[in-house]
Formats: sequence, structure tokens, C-alpha cells
Amino acid sequence: MSAVTVELEHKSFHSEHGEVQVLRPIQLQIHPGEFVTIIGPSGCGKSTLLKILAGLDTEYRGSVWIDGQKVVRPGVQQGFVFQEHRLFPWMTVEQNIAANLSLRDPQIRAKVDQLTELVRLKGFERAYPKRLSGGMSQRVAIARALLRDPKVLLLDEPFGALDPFTRAHLQTALLEVWMRKKITMILVTHDVDEAVVLANRIVIMTPKPAAIQAVIPVDLPYPRQRVDGAFQEIRNQILRALSDQGVWTAAE
Amino acid sequence: MNPSNQDAVYPAVGMSRNAASDRAVTRLSHPRFQRAFAGRGGKLLQGASLPLVVLALWQVASSLGWAPETLLPSPVNIVRALADLVSTGELVHDIEISLLRALFGFLLGGTLGFAFGMAAGLSKHFEGFTDPTIQMVRTIPHLAITPLFILWFGLGEWSKVLLIALGAFFPLYVNTFTGIRNVDAKLFEVARILEFNRLHLVTRLMLPAALPNILLGLRLSLGVSWLGLVVAELMGSSAGVGYLIENASQFSQTSVVFVGLLIFAAVGKLSDSLVRWLERRLLRWRDSYGG
Ligand SMILES: Nc1ncnc2c1ncn2[C@@H]1O[C@H](COP(=O)(O)OP(=O)(O)O)[C@@H](O)[C@H]1O
Ligand SMILES: [Mg+2]
Repeated sequence: MSAVTVELEHKSFHSEHGEVQVLRPIQLQIHPGEFVTIIGPSGCGKSTLLKILAGLDTEYRGSVWIDGQKVVRPGVQQGFVFQEHRLFPWMTVEQNIAANLSLRDPQIRAKVDQLTELVRLKGFERAYPKRLSGGMSQRVAIARALLRDPKVLLLDEPFGALDPFTRAHLQTALLEVWMRKKITMILVTHDVDEAVVLANRIVIMTPKPAAIQAVIPVDLPYPRQRVDGAFQEIRNQILRALSDQGVWTAAE
Repeated sequence: MNPSNQDAVYPAVGMSRNAASDRAVTRLSHPRFQRAFAGRGGKLLQGASLPLVVLALWQVASSLGWAPETLLPSPVNIVRALADLVSTGELVHDIEISLLRALFGFLLGGTLGFAFGMAAGLSKHFEGFTDPTIQMVRTIPHLAITPLFILWFGLGEWSKVLLIALGAFFPLYVNTFTGIRNVDAKLFEVARILEFNRLHLVTRLMLPAALPNILLGLRLSLGVSWLGLVVAELMGSSAGVGYLIENASQFSQTSVVFVGLLIFAAVGKLSDSLVRWLERRLLRWRDSYGG
């Protein structure tokens, strides 16, 4: 369980059209073991923010700390799950989870077996990614991150490409993992329901350049029912906040 | 997907789709016919049917005296020439010599091509240093260098092996380099997050990602080696399949010329099949690999 402290001042990209500011000052304190979801209009800078938290992007002003330690480069402490599963196509499921670690090491072996159990992939250990469905692939990606015992798990729209049923199923699976492992989770989504189903706190971002528009705590017990009155209440609160931005359309 | 399953299904589906229009095709969709073409043996039969028909027509034409024996010997006479050459042990000797030359040349050139391709792919410094030169030399058709090699290294084995090596170098160099450079940047990001060390970066990311290209390079290199061998042996040698052809043509033993061509074709096809087999084994993980 680890605390994450975000103190961003400025982030911009340089292109042939000049400088484009993507992030405004952002302050956020995430508690050990907390599940935070980040929601905001597409293109506002959510992925950029997450890459900064991961240490993948270091071209910005400000700092990020995990347990008081400054993040300066990517590493296993900041586990990352992308929207695309990004598995190595030449490795089987268990090889992908182990990746650079040796399956012949009995300790790794045992942990990999445990994780395939946890993410319900028993029986597929020797399958190549081409044989897996989108949902299964994302579960492998999650197991791969978990094997390294990350201090924080960063997820960038991990279920965005999945059909609604698979998505709901994986949300449940992720909650299960979180409750068992008590890892600090930061998940980016553009799905309002997903944000409410998962989070202790929901961070709503403004359009580009992104800043925090609102932080909404969710004090509902897990597992959460979408038809619940309290659930709907929070859901509407988010929708109102997003529609205040004037970018929210009925289609979304 | 099991490739042998697909083999069994495809011909049947393709045929029944065409079947409706005409009677001859309808007969092809007969179950017994489908069974004959199904599976591996069926594929072989399907591929061999055209050459078999051509051979039969050829033999008939020769027997009727339509083709002079010195220009186009009959298949039967070619087989006879083959049997003679085998029984004297001459052919085996020639094949041995040719294979050794091709093998040495290929191993020398291919290994260097792979090594340079890896080095240039992995290091921008190395690339900047060597790639311009290699690209320049590459534009010279390597067979045009033959006279120079003969001047430098004489008519002995070295000029032949080096000529083959020169040809084998480039396909493996270019494709290995391309393969390494085209590794998905997104997977590199993953490797950084998972903290791959340098060795794992090469062995578990770059090499496997580049493997399809490397195998393509291998196939092309083998082909070029074979071509280089033919040229080298035709230029002047006292043994080898190329020499067999050259020598026979001077004495108008056309059937022996055909035997030589046959050997080149067979060995070429064999080496190609070997690489395809390797590809099937090593690239099972690929999406596009249906077999
Ligand atoms: N590497 C980059 N170079 C230039 N602009 C970028 C780059 N990455 C992202 N951007 C821009 O930054 C903005 C935010 O992108 P992103 O963080 O991916 O948004 P989100 O994840 O919220 O949809 C977008 O306008 C995008 O075009
Ligand atoms: Mg994004």
C-alpha cells in the first residue's frame, strides 16, 4: 500500500504548430490502498497524466512522489496496463506474465500459477495471445503487472475496447484483485458507470489543458449495484459536472 | 486454428463454391475427389499434376520425333542420363562439391550479414559508420564483380566461396536491420516498465520481433547463394553441378544439361522448404500464420 503525491505545474507538447499546453497545475494526494478513477473528455490529457505518473514521460514541470520517493523513470513499482493489451505475441500466457523473469525459478513459478488462478486463466497458460479474446488478454496484462508487486497500478482505459459484458466482468475481477492485494489503483476511463463502480474517489478533469474540475468521493459498499439510488445519484453528479464543461454530448 | 484442419477444409469449400456453374466442376466436388485432394498428400498431388501432364506431352512429342534430341531430349533419356551419372558416382561428387561451396559461402556471408544487421539495428553509431558503405556496395549487381574476384582470388575455391558469400550477405543484413528497427515502440515501453535488462531486451523483445524478417532474409540469402554458385561454377571450374552443365553443353549432351538443371531446381526447392519448415516451427505465434 503506497501513497501517491502529484504536484504538477505544467505540461506541453511541441509540434510544428508550436507549443500546445496539455496539463495545467494539478495537485492530488492519493492515499495508500485507495482506488481512484480519472474521468474527462477525450483528448484532455488523461493518458499524458498517467504516463507522467508512470515515469514514462519526464518532460514536464512539477513532481510525482510514491511513498515520498520521486518518480524519475518507469519501473515495476508503477505497474501499467494500457488500453491495448501489449502482450508479447511470441510468448505464451505464462511467459508473458513472467516476461523477463524466469519461470524456472520456483518462486516465480509459484507466483505465476497463483496469478493465473486469480485472473481466471487456468488452462490457458500455454496459449499464445493470438488465441485469446480481448478480455483474456487484458487479464494477462494485469497479471503481468501484479507479478512485480507494484506499489501503484496505473490503468489507462483498460476495458475501453471491450464489449459491455466483458467489461462488467473485468471490473468485478479487478475489484477482486484490489481487495485481495490492496494495491493503490489509478484508473483512467471515459465510462461514467465504470468510474462509479470502481472508485473510492472520482477525479473529473476539465477539457484540454486539463486541470481537476471536481473530486467526488464515493462512499458506497462494494460490490455496487448500478440500479441503486445512491449509485444513480453519484452518476448524475458526474454527468452534471461534465455537462457544465459544455463538451458533453447526448451520444456519450 | 490447426493448420492441417484448414488444409482439409479449404479445397472442399473452394470447389463447392465453383461447382454450381458447370458439369466438369461439379464432378470435382464429388466426395471421392475431395478426399483425394484433402490433407497434405492431396496438396502434393495437386501441385504435381501440372508438371506430370507437361512431362507426358513432352515424352509423346519426343517419341513422335517433333523435337530434335540435341535441343530437347525426351524425359526418358534425361532419366537415363541421370541414372548413368549416378552409377558412375560422378553426379554425387559434383553435388557434394557444389553443396559445400554454397554452404561455406552462405555461412560466411549469411553470418556476417546477420551480425552486421544486428549491430546496425542495435546501434545508431554502428549504423552511421557502416550502413552508407554497405548500401553503396549493395547497389553493384554482385555478379558484375565476378571478373574482379577472379582477378583477385584466381579461379580456385576462394573466388567462388567469396562470390557466394557476398551475395548472401545483403539479404540477411537488410532484413535483420529492418526487423530490429521495426520493433513496435509500444512494446519497448512495456519493456521499460518491466525493467528488462539489455540482454533480455535483445533476446526476449528484439530478436523474436525481428524473427519474421530474419527468416525472410535467410530465405532470400539462400536463394542468392544458389544463384552465385551457378554463376561461379559456369565461369570456370573442374567439378560441381555448374561444371557438369557447362561441360555437357560443349559436347551437346543436352540430356546431361537437363540433369544439371534438375539438380539445381531440386536443391533450390529443398532449401526453400527447409526455411519454410523453420518458419512454421518458429512463427507459430503469429496471427497471420495459417500455414
Ligand atoms: N506525443 C505527443 N505529441 C504531441 N501532442 C500529443 C502527444 N501526445 C498527446 N498529445 C496531445 O495531447 C492531448 C492530450 O492527449 P491524451 O493525454 O492522449 O488525451 P486523453 O488520454 O485524455 O484522451 C491531445 O490533444 C493530444 O493530441
Ligand atoms: Mg487516452
